[in-house]
Amino acid sequence: MTDLLTKVSPQLQRRHASETRLQWYGRLAIVLSLGFLVIMAATIAWQASGALRQTYVALEVDLSEDNVDPQNLAGASYGKIVKAALRDRFPDVKKRRDKRKLYGLVSPDAGLELARQVAADPAMLGGKPKLWFLASDDIGLLHSGQVDAASDESERRVSDKEIAWFTSLENDGDAAARFNWLFFSNGDSREPELAGIFSALMGSVLSLAVCFVLSFPIGVLAAIYLEEFAPKGRISDLIEININNLAAVPSIVFGLLGLAIFLNTFGLPRSTPLVGGMVLSLMTLPTIIIASRASLRGVPPSIREAALGIGASQVQATFHHVAPLALPGMFTGAIVGMARALGDTAPLLMIGMVAFIVDAPSSILEPATALPVQIFLWADSPERAFMEKASAAIIVLLVFLVVMNLAAIILRKRYERRF
Amino acid sequence: MSAYALARDQSGVSADEAAMTREPYIVARNVNVFYGDKQALHNIELDIEANQVTSLIGPSGCGKTTFLHCLNRMNDLIDICRVEGDIRIDGQDIYDPAVDVVSLRAHVGMVFQKPNPFPKPIFENVAYGPRIHGLTRSKSELADLVELSLKRAGLWDEVSDRLDQPGTGLSGGQQQRLCIARAIAVQPKIILMDEPCSALDPIATARIEELMDELRNNFTIIIVTHSMQQAARVSQRTAFFHMGELVESGVTQQIFTAPEDERTQNYITGRIG
Amino acid sequence: MKTSPCNANSALGAGRRERPLLTRSTGRRKLGEQAIMTVLIACSLVAGLVTIGIVASLLFETLRFFQKVPVTEFLFGLEWSPQTALRTDQAGSSGAFGAIPLITGTLLISAIAMIVATPLGLASAIYLAEYASRRTRAIVKPALELLAGVPTVVYGFFAALVVAPFIRMTGSGVGLEVASESALAAGLVMGIMIVPLISSLSDDVVNAVPQSLRDASLGLGATHAETVRRVIIPAAIPGIAGSLLLAISRAIGETMIVVMAAGLAANLTANPLQAVTTITAQIVALLTGDQEFDSAKTLSAFALGLLLFICTLALNVLALRIVKHYREQYD
Repeated sequence: MTDLLTKVSPQLQRRHASETRLQWYGRLAIVLSLGFLVIMAATIAWQASGALRQTYVALEVDLSEDNVDPQNLAGASYGKIVKAALRDRFPDVKKRRDKRKLYGLVSPDAGLELARQVAADPAMLGGKPKLWFLASDDIGLLHSGQVDAASDESERRVSDKEIAWFTSLENDGDAAARFNWLFFSNGDSREPELAGIFSALMGSVLSLAVCFVLSFPIGVLAAIYLEEFAPKGRISDLIEININNLAAVPSIVFGLLGLAIFLNTFGLPRSTPLVGGMVLSLMTLPTIIIASRASLRGVPPSIREAALGIGASQVQATFHHVAPLALPGMFTGAIVGMARALGDTAPLLMIGMVAFIVDAPSSILEPATALPVQIFLWADSPERAFMEKASAAIIVLLVFLVVMNLAAIILRKRYERRF
Repeated sequence: MSAYALARDQSGVSADEAAMTREPYIVARNVNVFYGDKQALHNIELDIEANQVTSLIGPSGCGKTTFLHCLNRMNDLIDICRVEGDIRIDGQDIYDPAVDVVSLRAHVGMVFQKPNPFPKPIFENVAYGPRIHGLTRSKSELADLVELSLKRAGLWDEVSDRLDQPGTGLSGGQQQRLCIARAIAVQPKIILMDEPCSALDPIATARIEELMDELRNNFTIIIVTHSMQQAARVSQRTAFFHMGELVESGVTQQIFTAPEDERTQNYITGRIG
Repeated sequence: MKTSPCNANSALGAGRRERPLLTRSTGRRKLGEQAIMTVLIACSLVAGLVTIGIVASLLFETLRFFQKVPVTEFLFGLEWSPQTALRTDQAGSSGAFGAIPLITGTLLISAIAMIVATPLGLASAIYLAEYASRRTRAIVKPALELLAGVPTVVYGFFAALVVAPFIRMTGSGVGLEVASESALAAGLVMGIMIVPLISSLSDDVVNAVPQSLRDASLGLGATHAETVRRVIIPAAIPGIAGSLLLAISRAIGETMIVVMAAGLAANLTANPLQAVTTITAQIVALLTGDQEFDSAKTLSAFALGLLLFICTLALNVLALRIVKHYREQYD
């Protein structure tokens, strides 16, 4: 059989080449898809790093008795003190327009900052301490190198004079970058340098709590009924089809449902974690039911049979024996469902969570926003600093998701060792 | 000469007699096969004659299917399987690195235990092999080849009017004959059959056994079988495997009436199995 | 209570209370269990209630909408510029509520997304199912799932602030006129988001093709690639088709990417470089302003919502039907 090699050889090369090509297409597809993910993550992370650094400037403030009455700390005009400090630092600034620009070096809340610092350390009173103040967002951009000083003045947000003043501060060592802790403790703000995610986070946490409290019990009990008790037949098939379809309905439709029924018909308060949680729970319910059913199916029939064999009723067998074993799997499903609910923006937009909320909600009945909605709002804003804030908020969101998914995976791994 | 003309023995000498004077077609020497650390075949030495039916018999797990799969290098598909030794077909070492396994399998066809027709029309099932190997040059040539292969497999009369129906719609026995037709269409020299009748009823089995006798005029057939009776019915030579060793091989008649090895004797009489 | 025959010989002695073999279950437990069952059944019905709720609320508001705007205008009108009646006694509205531009916009962006996602998803699936080593598969498959886990607002952010400007820059560099919110940008990013949907389902489907078919093909001397192309994929087509339908359904219902990257210009165009709007983007726009709930403008959002729900439901049902039918072929 010496023609083993040559019988079909002219075509063989082509056939093998086509084989190699197919493999390379596959590899290319994977690289492109994952590459996109990596680029997206890297770009956002890079933007976020800008938001996590805040620029502060140091100014000598006059806290003598003329300005601050030690008996009446709250009565002082701290804003004026800060402005005076700036004027003292740059005595050459005379024109009113220039002075306004000068005051704009620091954040508009600088007065409040001073008040806070004085209240925290009254020993400073009477002297002229050098204190740090948050710079405005434009100065922050300048400090982090995002402003092209060489470009035409009319094309940038920071004028030549402001650059000169800031450079002078820098040279004197009165400018520094610090980690932006405010980002995590502040609520939303019109000023980018003051904007934080705390209120959005609280809103998300409360909404998810409501979502969990509603969807987990109902979902688990429904799954138990459908899996253990429901008679097999057309009705239970119909319910299963219904649940599968619900799982694939676009999330915005749930938002419409919430708007029409929860807000309009029931008259529940708009934009609250209560309504947000209710809408999210409708979305999460199918996921939890499906996951719980799968988990129940994973319990070996021998356990049910053993319980029934001792004389337990079906209810007792299910609740005392089967359900506890399936519980870890159900929790895993719940965590995955929660993770999806955390990132879902559309339904929350429908029920009104797009307002500008500064204070964190203290109950589920107060207006709130949620983390993904906050990202959406900041992304919409034209200011560049808000884009960085949005990126940082995305990173926080992704961290939460990673943690939740890891928790689900760990839970699943531990559970798997049981059988 | 068109591509699908097949050689025939024109000289009038019977296939059996001719075989005895030729060099053995397939020669296996020192074949050892390992699955990971476990050794499945120990030092197999076997000669297989052309244009004959050789059956490999033995109890379950004795390695006969493993050996069969060495002959068309289907064992290559299993990661942990390692084949050592020398296997030559018509003098060519099939494990030579220069050999293209795709080409080898065009020469050594296989029919599997459970019929596995493609979920395609009957015509497409049979045409699959010739298409990918580029054996025909025109549509009519292909159609002729399909018809010939189905005739050879004894299936033509039953399906000639429904070649566009799915192959999976046939009965078990018909499906297996379809698989045989599919293998024949590639014009191999050798056909390997791995317990081809074990999933079929007795009538279908009988038909395929008849087929084997007709086919051996044009092909060399090696069949793995669990049934000694089948081996006795269809094959001219038999090889008995036991626990990974080739215990004995020879003319079928002789193996079943006067085996040389005690183990063979025990297997035939049913003491082991 | 009868004396059981074995009592006389019982080794446990007289202290053991006799229990008849068969008793009726006590009333209390039965009542409790009935209550539990009622609760269980109620919970199972919640899911059904949700569906009914969706259909009812959407239908109700849509019917009110069609009292103000004729159905034919909505379904066949070519202009979408929703305005509210200025006076409450105005019969109709002074705006146009033709949904066709929204439908074409949705289809355009979804088409771009599918053009991106289908080859990437299928090629990845085939590679993972047929060629990848176990280790590669164990790393790459979860990694692709990550793409599905990223919230859509993140994709929308990236699309609006990075991809769209990039496409615009590249486009004008080549001399093409590209809108700042092009359909291409939104479609591209949406496509990447959908890749795991296609690749994961197709991977499962390809793996489910029986090994016996592969053996048959390889035994005939086919290369692995030929086996994939001529045997495995044709056998897996129904499942793959199902996964594609589910992907289309997802693309049509996607909101955040299009809201952030595709904008609100109701253009009737097939040019991917222009800005279009989708059904979902319009729903968001109509409902996140300060609107009176009864206005035609607000109600049109519900009509759009119903349209969306029906389309995605139809696609999902079809997809699940195909996948189920295909699975029966192999069981």
